[in-house]
Amino acid sequence: MSEETHVPVPYRTFILIWVALLILTGITVAVSRVDVGALNIWVALGVASIKSSLVIFFFMHLKQESILFKIGLLTMLVILAIFVGMTFLDILYR
Amino acid sequence: MSESTTYTGFWQESPRPGILGWLLSTDHKRIGIMYLTCIISLFIVGAILGLAIRLELIAPGETIMGAQTYNATFTVHGIIMIFMFLIPSIPAAFGNLLLPIQIGARDVSFPKLNLLSWYCYIVGAILAIIAIFSGGGAPDTGWTFYVPFSTQTTTNVNLAAFAAFMLGFSSILTGINFVTTIHRLRCEGMTWGRLPLFVWTLYATAWIQVLATPMIGITLVLVILERVFGAGLFDAARGGDPILFQHLFWIYSHPAVYIMILPGMGVISEIIPTFARKPLFGYWAMAFSSLGIAFAGSLVWAHHMYASGMSDFAVLIFSFLTFIVAIPSAIKVFNWISTLYKGSIEMAPPMLYALAFIFNFAIGGLGGLALGAAASDIHLHDTYFVVGHFHYVMFGGGGFALFAAMHYWLPKFTGRMYNHKVAVIGWALLFVGFNVTYMTMQAVGVAGMPRRYYDYLPEFTTLNQVATAGSWVMGLGLLIMFVNLWRGMCSGRRVGKNPWGATTLEWEVPSPPPLENFGEEDPVVTKGPYNFKGVVADEY
Amino acid sequence: MSIEHRDDTGARFGMWLFLYTEVILFSGLFILYAMALAKYPAEFSDASHKLNIYFGSINTLVLLTSSLTIALAVSAIQMGRIKQTLILCWITIALALVFLINKYFEWSAEISHGIYPGSEQLAEMGPGITTFFNLYYFTAGLHGLHVFIGGTLIGVVAVMTAKGKVTSDRYTLLENSALYWHLVDLVWIFLFPLYYLLYH
Repeated sequence: MSEETHVPVPYRTFILIWVALLILTGITVAVSRVDVGALNIWVALGVASIKSSLVIFFFMHLKQESILFKIGLLTMLVILAIFVGMTFLDILYR
Repeated sequence: MSESTTYTGFWQESPRPGILGWLLSTDHKRIGIMYLTCIISLFIVGAILGLAIRLELIAPGETIMGAQTYNATFTVHGIIMIFMFLIPSIPAAFGNLLLPIQIGARDVSFPKLNLLSWYCYIVGAILAIIAIFSGGGAPDTGWTFYVPFSTQTTTNVNLAAFAAFMLGFSSILTGINFVTTIHRLRCEGMTWGRLPLFVWTLYATAWIQVLATPMIGITLVLVILERVFGAGLFDAARGGDPILFQHLFWIYSHPAVYIMILPGMGVISEIIPTFARKPLFGYWAMAFSSLGIAFAGSLVWAHHMYASGMSDFAVLIFSFLTFIVAIPSAIKVFNWISTLYKGSIEMAPPMLYALAFIFNFAIGGLGGLALGAAASDIHLHDTYFVVGHFHYVMFGGGGFALFAAMHYWLPKFTGRMYNHKVAVIGWALLFVGFNVTYMTMQAVGVAGMPRRYYDYLPEFTTLNQVATAGSWVMGLGLLIMFVNLWRGMCSGRRVGKNPWGATTLEWEVPSPPPLENFGEEDPVVTKGPYNFKGVVADEY
Repeated sequence: MSIEHRDDTGARFGMWLFLYTEVILFSGLFILYAMALAKYPAEFSDASHKLNIYFGSINTLVLLTSSLTIALAVSAIQMGRIKQTLILCWITIALALVFLINKYFEWSAEISHGIYPGSEQLAEMGPGITTFFNLYYFTAGLHGLHVFIGGTLIGVVAVMTAKGKVTSDRYTLLENSALYWHLVDLVWIFLFPLYYLLYH
């Protein structure tokens, strides 16, 4: 079943992604120096999510994988959101 | 069956001779048999502990053991029955035996990983047994390892928690293997709509194993770290939160309930059509209700915690969601009964166990709603009603499904048939003893007897004696059942490919199946899983 | 015996499933973090300021770069450039070592200030700060263990590549080790802002 092997990703793409990741890291560090109240944590999480999407889709080749891999990841993220979100139902209303 | 009187299939065919041929085997059937052997052995140990607990409760006060021994006994009974018996029982034993054959594959996707998962299981089981006899003595926390007690008790919690971690790892490896196998190795023509229901339930179970089990892993690691460092993560005085432990614990352990029951439902969905000689009613409803139970099961964990001090809002939400789980479960029960309707029913031993499953599961499931409703739970919480309820679902459901599976597939994997009359006697004793024991427990729980004590108030004496007497009948039934199966396996009459006249792929290969299941040619499937047209049972 | 069955896509899918379990494993600690942050926002930013942001930032750069080198290694082996693959693997391992050495110095400094799980000095700083550092040590410790395992894994694959057992035609082992290494990076991408960068 080797029909689903990938085309090699050119070095250039990976290096560009790496540069983007470094820039985003710089942005997180910079934003953490500015007070935007409770928004800080959400900005930090937002930037981290963008960074992880880049890693997942390009470095981990998810872009090239079949729909099954993407649905699998989505399932895991939904379950994860349920675990975290529903625990807050207790903590925030106690 | 004349030509194959000496045929023994995978029991003889192996690249290595002797015991190493088993211990180093990557054949899914051999691994399944190894799992089954260990699981049944540990079940017998757990059952003896259970009988000892019932014997202690035959009269108020100390009868055969004191408080500390009693605490250790019910803890070890729980750890063995949950982590070493129920969770691996059907998925790891019968899943391994059957999954590849039912989808027309020669083995699972990762055979070596499969063997590794068995070794994780064995290491976990051995560590747990060492934990009983070493260090500060057998753990006495209950199988739930609740903080703060579990971080303070001097008994051997560290090793027991690590053992449970290993068992969880074994369960994860099995889950990864099954999901991948079902996606990648279905034979030609085996579309998703032609998968046997047992495979569908294994698929749903495997996803739970993958996505929920790591949570118990980290929880147990944190208990160990707490005990080693005394960091105070769950200690309210030092900014921790003991209720968060319960959240993490039940995030896994509630879905784990479905790891125990879903494959059992799959077994029942195989047996009912075969002995009613009718296609299963509502195939897609059954398939999707399995996935529905798996998903809904991850939304309800905090219904174990109504009395913990959790927020009232959370109690409300989780209570509501708990009722949603009843829908896919009820779909299953209705579909089994609809399958029976106007079928030509044959009361063979597997069918009797399957019917007992439906009966017990219905009682246990409805009792679950009484516990899921926040108001009635406040009264029933931590009483014997809970003990009765979960034994109805876990033992009356999961356990009976395992026995049903053993009676159904024993001829397939040993090529021999057990004595049906003795099987029916064993079943009857087990069924009656079971209901006497646990129905009485539910009654004594409603009357207010709390669980987890070696002693009780004198007014509960009569009901406790009835329950203990029931446990003896149940023990006798188990004994008869195991002896009968063992004798059938060693010296029963030989049977052919298809003694029940069943339709899934495993009944088209010889009994016992050969190494790699199918001969030279891979199978090609052209019809659905429960098409009985032209299928007749072999004489035996 | 039949011919050997080979399913590279299946092997990758299995690895992804395993990575899901790793994410859920870490999520247990992140749930505890989120709940404690909701309870002690001020104490958490105080505690965050006690961490050394330079160690954290350097380690972020190190891990991001190592993620790049291992991704490049996969491309290299796909194109049959074995020598480049090996060099990139060894660079990744070297970066993993740099990360762990950094971690060692960071932790030594903190422990010498009396900040570690169960210490009396930490207990005196109050409940919120104690929780922060307990979680910091357990999460970063578990992550460090994963760095160690991932580095070892890549080392094994590099040796197999050198021996010709991993080739441009058969490189699933390298791909899966790389996937594991990216997961280590992913965890750090969240760990870094949550522990080192909380604004006061």
